[in-house]
Amino acid sequence: MRTPIFLLICLVIAGAAFVAAVAFNNDYVFFAGYVVMQYMVLSTAWNILGGYCGYVNFGTAGFFGLGAYSTVAFHRFYPLPIPILLIFGGVVSGIVGFGMGYLTLRLRGAFFAIATLALAVVLETLVVNWDYVGGSRGAYIVRPEVAPLIGNYVRYLFLIMLLLAVAAITVARLIERSRLGYGFATIRDDEQAAEASGVPTLRLKLIATTISGALMGMAGAPFPYYIGYLQPSSTFGFDYAVNAIAMPLIGGTTSWVGPVIGTLLLASLQQIATVTISSAVNLLIVGCLLVGFVIVAPEGIIGLVHRYIRHKPAGLVGRSRIAADAPGPAP
Amino acid sequence: MIFSFDLLINAIVSGILIGGFYAAVTAGVSLSFGILDIVNIAHPAFIILGSYIAYIVNADFGFDPILTSIIMAPAFYVLGAGIYQIYYVSFEKRGQESLRGLAFFFGLLFITEVTLILFFGVDYRYVNAPYIGPTWHFGAIDIPLRIMVPCVVSLLLIAVLQLLLTKSFVGRAIMAVAQDQLALQLMAVNPVRIKRIAFGISIATASLAGAFLIIIQPVEPSVGREYIGRVFAICVLGGMGSLPGTLVAAMLIGIVESLTSTFYGPSWAPAVSFGFLLLTLAVRPAGLLGR
Repeated sequence: MRTPIFLLICLVIAGAAFVAAVAFNNDYVFFAGYVVMQYMVLSTAWNILGGYCGYVNFGTAGFFGLGAYSTVAFHRFYPLPIPILLIFGGVVSGIVGFGMGYLTLRLRGAFFAIATLALAVVLETLVVNWDYVGGSRGAYIVRPEVAPLIGNYVRYLFLIMLLLAVAAITVARLIERSRLGYGFATIRDDEQAAEASGVPTLRLKLIATTISGALMGMAGAPFPYYIGYLQPSSTFGFDYAVNAIAMPLIGGTTSWVGPVIGTLLLASLQQIATVTISSAVNLLIVGCLLVGFVIVAPEGIIGLVHRYIRHKPAGLVGRSRIAADAPGPAP
Repeated sequence: MIFSFDLLINAIVSGILIGGFYAAVTAGVSLSFGILDIVNIAHPAFIILGSYIAYIVNADFGFDPILTSIIMAPAFYVLGAGIYQIYYVSFEKRGQESLRGLAFFFGLLFITEVTLILFFGVDYRYVNAPYIGPTWHFGAIDIPLRIMVPCVVSLLLIAVLQLLLTKSFVGRAIMAVAQDQLALQLMAVNPVRIKRIAFGISIATASLAGAFLIIIQPVEPSVGREYIGRVFAICVLGGMGSLPGTLVAAMLIGIVESLTSTFYGPSWAPAVSFGFLLLTLAVRPAGLLGR
C-alpha cells in the first residue's frame, strides 16, 4: 500500500473515531481517548528505536516530561497555540534524544538502556530545581475556555492527539519500508555484521534516537493543557516508561502494527481497570502482562497470529523478519 | 553559602560512611551485571523487598533488622536462583537476552514495586534499633551510628564476598564463567549451575542491603528507583565486577553526593551519579580499576 493511501485510510479511521466519540456525547470518552492516543504515540515512538533497532529505552518518561515542561516554559513566556508548542516540544526532545544517543550509543546496548533510565531521573532533578517552571511545587496551566474550530477544549486536545497518533504511525510505517528501516533491522539483528558490511550504524542509531525522542516529546507537549496541574514526580512517572515498553512488546515489535494493537488492548484495559478497580491494580496488570508476554510469546500478539496462520502466505500482518529479505547493505 | 571547614569534613566523613553502604547495595549488581552480564535492573526492587521484610519483622517482633536480613538471605538466594532459572530458560538459551531480558527485569521491578504499594501504601516506613539515634562525636566530626553500623557490616559483607570469589572453588568458577564458558565446561563444571549460584548470591546481598537502607532512611516502595542510576554508575565506575573497584567507586560517589547535597542542596544529589555514569562511559568505559 502506498503511503498517501495508507495515510488517507488512517485519517478516515481517526475521523470515524472522533465522530463516534462526539456521538457518544460524554466528555469522559474524550479524556480516556486522549490517554489512549497519547500512549499510541509513545509506544510507536518507543518502537522506532526499541523494536526496529533493538535498543531499549527506559527513559520514555524523561522525553515525555521534557515535552510537557517545554510547553510550560514557553507558555510562561508567551501563550502559543498547541500545534506550535507541539513542534517546540518535539524539537527540544529530539535534540536531547540526539545528545543522549551520541553519548551512549557507541557502547553496548545495556549501557544505553541504563543511561536512558538515569536520564529520566536527571531531567526530573533539573525540573525540580528550576523555579521558572514551578520546581517541585508544580505548575498550573489555565486551560482556555474555548478552543479554535471545535469549541470544547477537551475535544480539541483529543483531536490533536488523534492526528499526532496518525502521524506517528505513518512515520513508523514509512521508516519500516524504507532503506532506513532495513538499516535499522540490520542493527537489531547483528550490529557487528551490519557495521562490517558498510551500514553506518552510529548515524542510523542517531536518526532513530532523534525521531523517537522527538515523537515522545510531542506526545508530552499538550499534556499540561490536559492535566491542568503539572508536577515533576508524576510527569516523569514510571508508568510512561513501563507502558511504552509493554505495549509494543505485547503487540509485537517488528512492525508498526504491534504497538497499535498493544496500545489499543493495554491502554483500553487500563482505562477500564482504573475506573472499575484501582489505578495501582492496573499498573500491576501491565507489569504481569509484560513479563508474561516476553516469556511465553516473545514475538507478541503478531507473532502468535503469524504462528496461527503460518500455512497461509505471509504479508497479511506486516513482515516479521525484515532482515531476511533486506537487499544488501542499507544506505 | 559560607564555606566552612567543619561542614566539609563532616560531608566527607558521611560520604565515606554512605559509600560503604552503597558498596553493599552495588555488590549484587557487580556480581550479576559485572560478572554474569545479566542486566538486572530489578536489583533495587529486591533491596526494597529486603527493607520491607526487615520492617515487618521489626514492627511485629522487635527483631534487629540486620539479623533478620542475614536470616532471610538464604530465602533471597532461592528467589534469585529461581529467577535466574526462568531467565535462562526463557531468554539466555534462546539468545534473546538483550531486548526481552531487559524488559523482563523491568517488568519484575515494576511488579515488585506495585505489589508493595498495594500492600503497604506509599507511606514511609522505618525500623527501631538501639543504634538508630545516638551519634558519636569526635571533636567537630559527627558519626551517626545509624550510618556507621550499616557501613561496617557492608564492609564485612564485601570482604566475605571477595574471599568467596577469590579463594573458594565456586567463587573462582564464577569469575571464570565470565571469561570462558567452554573452558569451564572442559573442567566438568556446568556454567548454568555456576551462574545460578552467582545470581542467587547477588540477590541474597539485596536482603542485607535492604536492611541497611531502612536503617539509614525511611523507605517507601518507589525509593528503589533513585538507586538504579546510582547502582549502575558505581558498578561501571568500579570496573564491572571488581569488588574492590566497586568499594572505591561507591566511596567516591558517596563523597561527591554528600558534598553536593551539603553545598548545593539535597535536590541536586540524584544528578551526581548520572553525571559520573555518563562521564565514565564517555572517558573510561573500563572503570577505575577495570579488569
